[in-house]
Amino acid sequence: MNSRNGSPEIVPSGSSGGLSQRTLVRVRRKETRRRFLSAFLAQRSGVAGLAVLGLFAVLALLAPLLFDSSQLDVTRATGGGLEAPSGEFWLGTDENGRPVLALVVWGARVSLVVGLAATLISMVIGTLVGIGSAHFRGWFGGLLERITDWFLVIPFLPLAIVLATVLGQSLLTIIAVIGLTSWPGTARLVRAQTLAVEARPYLERAKVLGGGDWHQMSRHVLPNVMPLVLANTTLTVAIAILSETTLSFLGLGDPFRISWGTMLDNAFSNGAISSGAWWYLLSPGLCVVAVVLAFTLVGRALEVVLDPRRTSL
Amino acid sequence: MSVLAADPAATVAVAPRRRRRGEGGVGRYAVRRTLSAGATLVFVVVFNFFLFRVLPGDPIALYTRGRNVDRERLAELRRALNRPLTEQFWSYIQNPFSQAIDSTRFSRPVWEVIGDRVWPTLLLLGVSTALAAGIGIWLGIRSAWERGGRFDRISTGVTLTLYAMPEFWLGMLLLIVLSTGVGVFPGIFPSGGVSSPGEDTSSISGVLDIAWHLTLPALTLAYLAEYSLVMRSSLVDEMSQDYLLTARVKGLMDRLVRRRHAVPNAMLPTISLIFLNIGFVVSGAITVETVFSWPGLGQLSYEAIRGPDVALLQAIFLLFSLAVVVANLLADLLVAAMDPRVRQ
Repeated sequence: MNSRNGSPEIVPSGSSGGLSQRTLVRVRRKETRRRFLSAFLAQRSGVAGLAVLGLFAVLALLAPLLFDSSQLDVTRATGGGLEAPSGEFWLGTDENGRPVLALVVWGARVSLVVGLAATLISMVIGTLVGIGSAHFRGWFGGLLERITDWFLVIPFLPLAIVLATVLGQSLLTIIAVIGLTSWPGTARLVRAQTLAVEARPYLERAKVLGGGDWHQMSRHVLPNVMPLVLANTTLTVAIAILSETTLSFLGLGDPFRISWGTMLDNAFSNGAISSGAWWYLLSPGLCVVAVVLAFTLVGRALEVVLDPRRTSL
Repeated sequence: MSVLAADPAATVAVAPRRRRRGEGGVGRYAVRRTLSAGATLVFVVVFNFFLFRVLPGDPIALYTRGRNVDRERLAELRRALNRPLTEQFWSYIQNPFSQAIDSTRFSRPVWEVIGDRVWPTLLLLGVSTALAAGIGIWLGIRSAWERGGRFDRISTGVTLTLYAMPEFWLGMLLLIVLSTGVGVFPGIFPSGGVSSPGEDTSSISGVLDIAWHLTLPALTLAYLAEYSLVMRSSLVDEMSQDYLLTARVKGLMDRLVRRRHAVPNAMLPTISLIFLNIGFVVSGAITVETVFSWPGLGQLSYEAIRGPDVALLQAIFLLFSLAVVVANLLADLLVAAMDPRVRQ
């Protein structure tokens, strides 16, 4: 993954015996990818996590084919309220008589989309702030570092709640809220890695050859930080999905869409606990646990592969 | 948030670069950390002020939604909110908890409402944190020592699964199984609240009654997964150190090597994590208290969200943020007092 150290602008091509620079880079990259893949495949729990994620992704994509959207319509529900699992309704029904199985499969779409989109926002902000705060040594870097520290201490859920309350309920709000509140951890990780990269000699060389701030950050620092960001991303998705579940449970989700969190909210508000409707609680919760656990396992496996020091974890 | 990704040691060692020989012990470090925490505190207070004013929407419409407010009161509210920003800021700085507007839900001053709810939350947080730290550290030590063994594999699997669980879902499952009763499980635990109605909480049976009510919420809120994982990884790091070999060469028993040498050194990241986690636990308390009808600040936040009772929400948010800043400072000071390396 670290093969982009020399960039074509500065290094004259054709300097390495026989092969041109470009081919050499391509061969080296292919080799790195192959080594990365075989190292990842050796992590059994990571592969298992990936398989679970694949399954849920397929379910989410095929949801409209598996269950017609009319099954989600409260007015056209066929079952009775809170029916236990049976041959007709495999996972029972909700308070309106809709099949829980259809709700869970459709809910996967919202939960996964929110998790991924929020993570994207968080990663972009975290990476930019992290690299910036390490690269610029003056007041600007200091300011970015301070801001990161401050956002790190603000308790995440209360901040998310406040933002969601005042911004109103929609899918976009919930994505933005999670994305805007979960970046500081990434920023700090990226900052530490950037400091390590910037201390390496090839960065000094780039500087001496006249590479500007933008060139240094985008061509040298970013490619070296990316693997770490990638591993961190999978862990952040897990947290973002948990956050979506929590915020929806608190009634801050999009009221017109079904997610695992809103299902749990409905189950709680409609007395699933006191009436003993365990099937209504069990399936959405198990889905959250499975997906979050899968992302965590993949993230841990990636960490081990990309950073040999962490094999102990 | 991503505790699993961050290096636990790095959270502790936010150390300044230079230290003069001889002086600069705990005292100087403590002063520096306190000043920096003070700056953070100022940021939090100011941020709290602007957050609720920069965001779109008419606060009075929010305050008065769905209720009859007479015209004079409305004019009074409008006047309070239309004061110049500097004037509002000044009165806010003097006492951040005294709001111009009462809690709309309780029609009482915000700080009075909060004052009633502090103790149940402190009780719940204290008990669950003690439980989580105790069990988590024990699990972590044992799995690290028998690394790769059966205990380690099972314990790591269970803790990772616990980590992936929304805590309120675990709470609801516990409630449905142990309070409502499903199948063979008898419903023996109370479904919520702090104590049974009519029970005298100062008597012995009253205290037992509270403990009985506390059991399920405290177990639900016990975030032992992280403690266990961090303790395990820091002990595994420690186990490859030379001084442990020395201790063994001296002829110490395995048990003593672990208790006297390895564990004390590996404890630091976990101890600081206990304090750094306060923000996390506070967030968890919001949903867990709601599920168990525990009349603390968490349930109060839930009620404030459902209102929405913005004045109340603002005050609770400020209180939580302050608690986290103070807890972070405590974590820094405690670790510095125990580990001279951090002060460098």
